Amino acid sequence: MSLLRVNNLSMRFGGILALNQVSFEVQPGSISALIGPNGAGKTTVFNCVTGFYKATEGHIDLDDNGRHTDLVKVLGERFRVGDFFNPKAFGDRLYYKALGGSHRVAQAGVARTFQNIRLFREMTVLENLLVAQHNQLDRNIIHGVLNTRRYRRSEKQALETAMHWLEIVDLGPDANRLAGELPYGHQRRLEIARSMCTSPCLICLDEPAAGLNPRETGELSRLIRTLRDEHKVTVLLIEHDMGLVMEISEHIVVLDYGQVIAAGDPKTIEADPKVLAAYLGTEEEEGHE
Amino acid sequence: MAGHAGILINSKSILLQKTFRCSTMESHILGQQLVNGLALGSIYGLIAVGYTMVYGIIGMINFAHGDIYMVAAYITAICIAVLSFFGINTVAIVLLITLAVTIFIIALYGWSIERVAYKPLRNSTRLAPLISAIGVSLILQNYVQVSQGARTQAVPTMIQGAFRFGSETDFFQITYIQTLLVVVSFLSMGILTWIIQKTSLGRQCRAVQQDRKMASLLGINTDRIISTVFIMGSSMAAVAGVLVTLNYGSFDFYIGFVTGIKAFTAAVLGGIGSLPGAMLGGIILGMSESLFSGLVNTDYKDVFAFSLLVLVLIFRPSGLLGKPAVEKV
Amino acid sequence: MLGTAHDNPKVAALKEALLSAAITFLVMAPISGIVLKGYAFEADFTVPVYAALIVFVLRLAILLLEQNETGRKILVRLSPSKGGGVTVAKPGGVPWLRFILPLLFIAGLVLPFFLGKYWLTVVILAMIYVLLGLGLNIVVGLAGLLDLGFVAFYAVGAYMFALGSQYWGLGFWTALPLAAATAALFGGMLGFPVLRMHGDYLAIVTLGFGEIIRLVLNNWTSFTGGPNGVSAPNPTLFNLEFSRSAKIEGNIPFHEFFGIPYDSSLKYLFIYMVLFLVVCAMIYFVNRLRLMPMGRAWEALREDEIACRSMGINHVTVKLSAFMMGAMTGGIGGVFFAAYQGFVNPSSFTFFESALILAIVVLGGMGSVVGVIIAALVLTILPEALRDFADYRVLIFGILMVVMMIWKPRGLIRIHRPYFRVKGGKA
Repeated sequence: MSLLRVNNLSMRFGGILALNQVSFEVQPGSISALIGPNGAGKTTVFNCVTGFYKATEGHIDLDDNGRHTDLVKVLGERFRVGDFFNPKAFGDRLYYKALGGSHRVAQAGVARTFQNIRLFREMTVLENLLVAQHNQLDRNIIHGVLNTRRYRRSEKQALETAMHWLEIVDLGPDANRLAGELPYGHQRRLEIARSMCTSPCLICLDEPAAGLNPRETGELSRLIRTLRDEHKVTVLLIEHDMGLVMEISEHIVVLDYGQVIAAGDPKTIEADPKVLAAYLGTEEEEGHE
Repeated sequence: MAGHAGILINSKSILLQKTFRCSTMESHILGQQLVNGLALGSIYGLIAVGYTMVYGIIGMINFAHGDIYMVAAYITAICIAVLSFFGINTVAIVLLITLAVTIFIIALYGWSIERVAYKPLRNSTRLAPLISAIGVSLILQNYVQVSQGARTQAVPTMIQGAFRFGSETDFFQITYIQTLLVVVSFLSMGILTWIIQKTSLGRQCRAVQQDRKMASLLGINTDRIISTVFIMGSSMAAVAGVLVTLNYGSFDFYIGFVTGIKAFTAAVLGGIGSLPGAMLGGIILGMSESLFSGLVNTDYKDVFAFSLLVLVLIFRPSGLLGKPAVEKV
Repeated sequence: MLGTAHDNPKVAALKEALLSAAITFLVMAPISGIVLKGYAFEADFTVPVYAALIVFVLRLAILLLEQNETGRKILVRLSPSKGGGVTVAKPGGVPWLRFILPLLFIAGLVLPFFLGKYWLTVVILAMIYVLLGLGLNIVVGLAGLLDLGFVAFYAVGAYMFALGSQYWGLGFWTALPLAAATAALFGGMLGFPVLRMHGDYLAIVTLGFGEIIRLVLNNWTSFTGGPNGVSAPNPTLFNLEFSRSAKIEGNIPFHEFFGIPYDSSLKYLFIYMVLFLVVCAMIYFVNRLRLMPMGRAWEALREDEIACRSMGINHVTVKLSAFMMGAMTGGIGGVFFAAYQGFVNPSSFTFFESALILAIVVLGGMGSVVGVIIAALVLTILPEALRDFADYRVLIFGILMVVMMIWKPRGLIRIHRPYFRVKGGKA
């Protein structure tokens, strides 16, 4: 059974159809990539999957070890006519309308990074990682104020997890620096560590290699492998660096003009004429550009 | 509440007295409230334009905008006093000069405030311009209070008379000044809409509103456009200040605060960023407030308006004519 | 600006300075120069002329300084700091703090015994503002939510005590938690729908809410006493009253019980003591909060809401907790204010109060506890000392807000992030 199923996803901004009936699946334990030319709708797919956009149409479902989450429903939907005759559906929808949102998607196990890094720049590196563990911590105010043993244990554990991830991404010595002060490459790695601290089942990386030099890109591809092999997390990434994509991903989905034009393993994609046409432009399309 | 509620509709002309338990609502009172509401709503609309344009272009609530309108009311009274000192008493000339002078000075206010208090904060934290705007609002209020005194000021009634409808004893009226107010409001809105829609300057404004970075890459001087928007918004507030002073005849240094919140309510109601929305929101707010104070209770009319703001934000944050915002991730 | 290409820079500077002066004069002349007297006026252009002169000199000075090397250096030193003013605390903290804090605590406890009644009341008022500042600091400084109607919660607390004692016979000690809870409830009811929207709307909604509360208090004459207000009883300590004779049957006045002569400042002494302890508890509380998951989430939310949501943090409830916590503090402050003043009326809860508390938070540096305390003390005690400038108080607060935002948006006190001790790379 696949981990993530995207079914007939459509997204409309005003008059623009940004996504048109996009469907694809992500297998558990895989590294999958979403590629396509600029403006193809990759980030829109990401934003729908991670709950930042409400899809105009379609379904997104997550099945993590038998735990099923409807990623569209948890965002809170409009009431439908049927709801007014069905108290349970009404209550359900009201509940998600009031308390739902993109955080529910993250709680279901989908973590993400951002194209333009979004760190808490004026907080330390460790604090960034502690915030990510918010939902796993002892948040009782009284425990915290009285500094009880239970609270101290939970904080200590969080600090250990944070240090553990800092070691993995090689940022141990930077633990007590402000996140905004770190060099660019380190910030990228910190963002990955931070999203891993939420203990996700699926991590969505939005152009993780953007702005990295070849050496850093090499390290990144090793890191992504480690995430999957040692930490059993499924990876879905958007990337423009074809070398990286072809090297690490097992499954590739190609988008163009908001539609899936090809899907398969790297070999198939490389040989697909439609993909080549989308990237290089066919004869008649060149005229427009 | 007591059995009677006195409604001061026009401080100079009439005082409507009516019983509170009104089972047979006279249509004339309803009509009168709607007329008053339309006048009030036009004022809200004119001020709302300033909020909506500034919010549209730099995404900031200009808290000082209500106080700009208050300063405009003072400038109007000062201008009328100075003109009458020099013996200029012809109504039309006084009105035209007052309008021109007030617009000029208030536009200068808008421009300088933007230049001094907001422009340096373009790349600051999200809260900084808001707090700065609160500061400007306090400065304007206190500056006027210290300079002109805290008492209520008044201007002489310049235009008297009204169109009356109904019988001799049971009538409702549209004063000439209310007519003038509504006509001038709509005219100013028309001119502004024309500038925004048809001129090159307006096109640049719309471009900056949509994407400031892109517009500046295309060679539009965004700082200048932002200044222009402040000038246009302030001019509308100036028109509102002149009209309000002529219509109600009295004002004090505190009028900008409450009217400012209400005008912002109007802007949100109409859909923030939308010019016709601002006018529509203003008129809806003015009329419903007027009806509320006529039919329910005048003491709580401000409470009603502010509650409306909260309700609109909860149930229709994009307003009547606004487009739902898409969050940039 | 007006200069052509042929102008030499000094002439261009002069022209620009003249233009600035002209604008200043035009802006100020009608309001300060022509004072309305009924339908007539009095003209006196001294103020605008001086203002224009000052602007001319300053502008010219800056423009000329910009034209040479040393001048630019001076300007850079005076210009707003771009760094943000946030640093990580030193490992181990500040060693002398362990000695200073108890000393300050004791000094605070004995202070009132050396003050006359007048200064005691001033200090109590200042302490109330410290409390309010700390409360608003949670909302504005830590969570980054601009609350312009903070005074509403202050009013709710004050009226809770005053009306509670009038209608239900509530005492000071019952009113304290009840007011906190009511204020928090109001905060929750207002915040829940509004906090899910774009941040700036909160500012205007709270502004409107502050007015709503004041208008209701003013107009609901039958319940709140309208503009005349309601009296609030004196506080009690174990049924000992701080008044000349007991108001409630069965109670004994404090001074009779201890056999000391009656002194009207006894009440203030008592209020000061309780207030001081509450403020100390609050300071401890806020400092703990910054190290706790909740406080961290607030600050993270202020930094980047989208990132927070991507990590499963429910931004609405986290903001709501900050908003309610601030409201609660406001409510507690209100009870103290009512007890201190002996009666409450709506004129104590105008927008100006909200602006004053905001000025405290802004001046103190959003997020810094020490800064807020100092700012509250300065902004409330200084006006008492400088009574002559009372008219210009609001003007000064306004200028302060604008200047602080431009010059040092993070306040005068540097903000320190907590340092975490980790052993040899492994925790």
